[in-house]
Amino acid sequence: MTLWSWLSTHDHKRIALLYAISITAFFFIGGAAATLMRIELATPAGDVVSAETYNKLFTMHGVIMVWFFLIPSIPATLGNFLVPLMIGARDLAFPRLNLTSWYLYVAGGLFTLAALLLGGVDTGWTFYTPFSTLYSNTHVIAVVTGVFIAGFSSILTGLNFIVTIHKLRAPGLTWFRLPLFIWAHYATSVILVLATPVLAMTLTLLGIERLFHVGIFDPALGGDPLLFQHLFWFYSHPAVYIMILPAMGIVSEIIACFSRNPVFGYRSMAYAIIAIAGIGFLVWGHHMFVSGQAVYAGMIFSLLSFVVAIPSAIKVFNWTATLYKGTISFEAPMLYALGFVGLFMFGGLSGLFLAALALDVHLTDTYFVVAHFHYIMVGGSVSAYLGGIHFWWPKITGRMYPPKWAQFAAVLLFLGFNFTFFPQYLLGVEGMPRRYHEYAPEFQTLHVLSSAGAVILAIGYLLPLVYLTWSLTRGRKASANPWGATGLEWTVPSPPPVENFGETPIVTQEPYAYPPHAVSGGARRAAST
Amino acid sequence: MSSAARAEAAEASGAFSDRDQQREACDLGMWVFLTTETLFFGVLFFGYLMARLRFPEAFAAAGRHTDFALGTINTAVLLTSSLAMALAVRAAAIRRRRWAVLLLGATLTLGVAFLVIKGFEYRAEYLQHLVPGADFRFDAAQRDAAQLFFWLYFVMTGIHAIHLAIGIVVIGVVAARLAFGGFALQSPLSVEMAGLYWHFVDVVWIFIYPCLYLIARS
Repeated sequence: MTLWSWLSTHDHKRIALLYAISITAFFFIGGAAATLMRIELATPAGDVVSAETYNKLFTMHGVIMVWFFLIPSIPATLGNFLVPLMIGARDLAFPRLNLTSWYLYVAGGLFTLAALLLGGVDTGWTFYTPFSTLYSNTHVIAVVTGVFIAGFSSILTGLNFIVTIHKLRAPGLTWFRLPLFIWAHYATSVILVLATPVLAMTLTLLGIERLFHVGIFDPALGGDPLLFQHLFWFYSHPAVYIMILPAMGIVSEIIACFSRNPVFGYRSMAYAIIAIAGIGFLVWGHHMFVSGQAVYAGMIFSLLSFVVAIPSAIKVFNWTATLYKGTISFEAPMLYALGFVGLFMFGGLSGLFLAALALDVHLTDTYFVVAHFHYIMVGGSVSAYLGGIHFWWPKITGRMYPPKWAQFAAVLLFLGFNFTFFPQYLLGVEGMPRRYHEYAPEFQTLHVLSSAGAVILAIGYLLPLVYLTWSLTRGRKASANPWGATGLEWTVPSPPPVENFGETPIVTQEPYAYPPHAVSGGARRAAST
Repeated sequence: MSSAARAEAAEASGAFSDRDQQREACDLGMWVFLTTETLFFGVLFFGYLMARLRFPEAFAAAGRHTDFALGTINTAVLLTSSLAMALAVRAAAIRRRRWAVLLLGATLTLGVAFLVIKGFEYRAEYLQHLVPGADFRFDAAQRDAAQLFFWLYFVMTGIHAIHLAIGIVVIGVVAARLAFGGFALQSPLSVEMAGLYWHFVDVVWIFIYPCLYLIARS
């Protein structure tokens, strides 16, 4: 158990833990930047930090949270740990590549951190040209390089998952017997592999342009800054689905387990995941409604954005239907999952406001947008991530955490989150623009509410850090299957042995074969005959 | 488990249970990687398309300043290297070690020749002030757009050249391991994977060549 044995491990379970530790560190760094912003925004005057510092804070918050926390969060930790276990494999297809991926992630992260510490960058996480190429005096190239390197870590993870899911499934584990967690990771991997290279090349072009002061994004030469926005969002919109699809996978597992029902409409859930991933590639222009793109392009992007809402709604309906007549228990993971469904629905519906062309003109670049994507990414993805951590914690560590504390933290997080971000919807509707460090006095009440909520939210994040760490040594030992859940990962000891399975399992069951209940007629009759 | 099956399982590395599975997985992995690479280069071609649609005349004028002869020779060099690579993959598959090493050597040499020729081209373009920047000289009316063309020219051929250089290193390693360790050290599968990558880099050039060298010479 030396440090080197960890740093040179090819075991997907250990690499998952390496990722878990590193993304947690980045989460709290990104969170620190957000904390400073919320302190600044408690008063209308720009009195805590200067405008320049504030720009650097929201850039740092965005860059770190998007590329060094959210993108790798679920896939690289829980996905890494669980994908081989759920499909009955010994490891991912390419274990060395998996470790390489973590090293690339760390290298990219250190690059970015170094740049941020040396003076930071003020372009916003979107790096819009020509500001990023011509006018900004900050460390754009260093940060872009960091993101570029981290991009390759995403690509390698995606590649590994695709090959593993195709080629290493246990005998009998057909596509429609796969847990939805696996479906979600498959779709996510396809996005990682197809979208990330576009970002990588776009950032390369940006870097070259900044270095040599010539390039295709430069309007002075007849180049096109809008081209940058198109290419950037061609990656960055699907990136939102990289964050939310694995979260949906987790929530499906948890809700089925704690309502003791098979996931309602399993096949439509799988198809919905694929549909979201596919259509998600065709909606990037809704980030550019006011940029001057063609109005007809805007109409089509608007329409397609509404279309994405359909598979998303199917998922919400099916989660709700899974609860119907289930034996529901409110363990901590379930609280996170139910919180996810509510917050995701809220965030998703406010997305429809923004997808409407005319309404977007009013709402664009206001706090409404900030509230919308935080509901999806923080309310949605982070809640699901924590739900997943709580659900599989006994499997990963072999220990139980104190359940009452966990339930308390889940509820606190839900309340704190809404307290922080709901006021931002109202601020946005009233016209408060994003990315400003001072504001008109009439916005103060809502800003103070939001900052106060952020304190509760922060406690909600710190609590699990404390009791989960405590449980590592003091927690009760966990059995192989403490929740009575279905799925191959629960058939092996907690924590699983290095080779995962003593003998390759043979799958004969449909997924989510939870015992039939009260009036689930057909299944029950079938069982009794 | 029979002793033969056990030996086979031991031969297959990592998470794989047998060599067929490993082969299929590597194959799929390589194709997924090449898909990624396609999108990576796709951005360049998309940028080129947008700029060229905006400035068709200037792009044609600038295109006439690329070195048609050297570009065409290089295309032939690269295609020949792909032939050698394809034969090397076949030689490895039927376990002819000497032939495989020789053909990989030929591929590698032709790859290096391509880069040397490209270097001469770059040098000539530098001397003719065709490198974008303050020193760029072109007919004043079309100077800006021509500069965009040459910016794209250097970025596209440059990133292609980096990929080619990586391919040369990979082939060098594969060839050396095959020469000194034989098939025990280097399986035919690795030759095939290196081959897939090499052909991909060639295919990219097949698209770059008409975009940059042929556009005004039809």
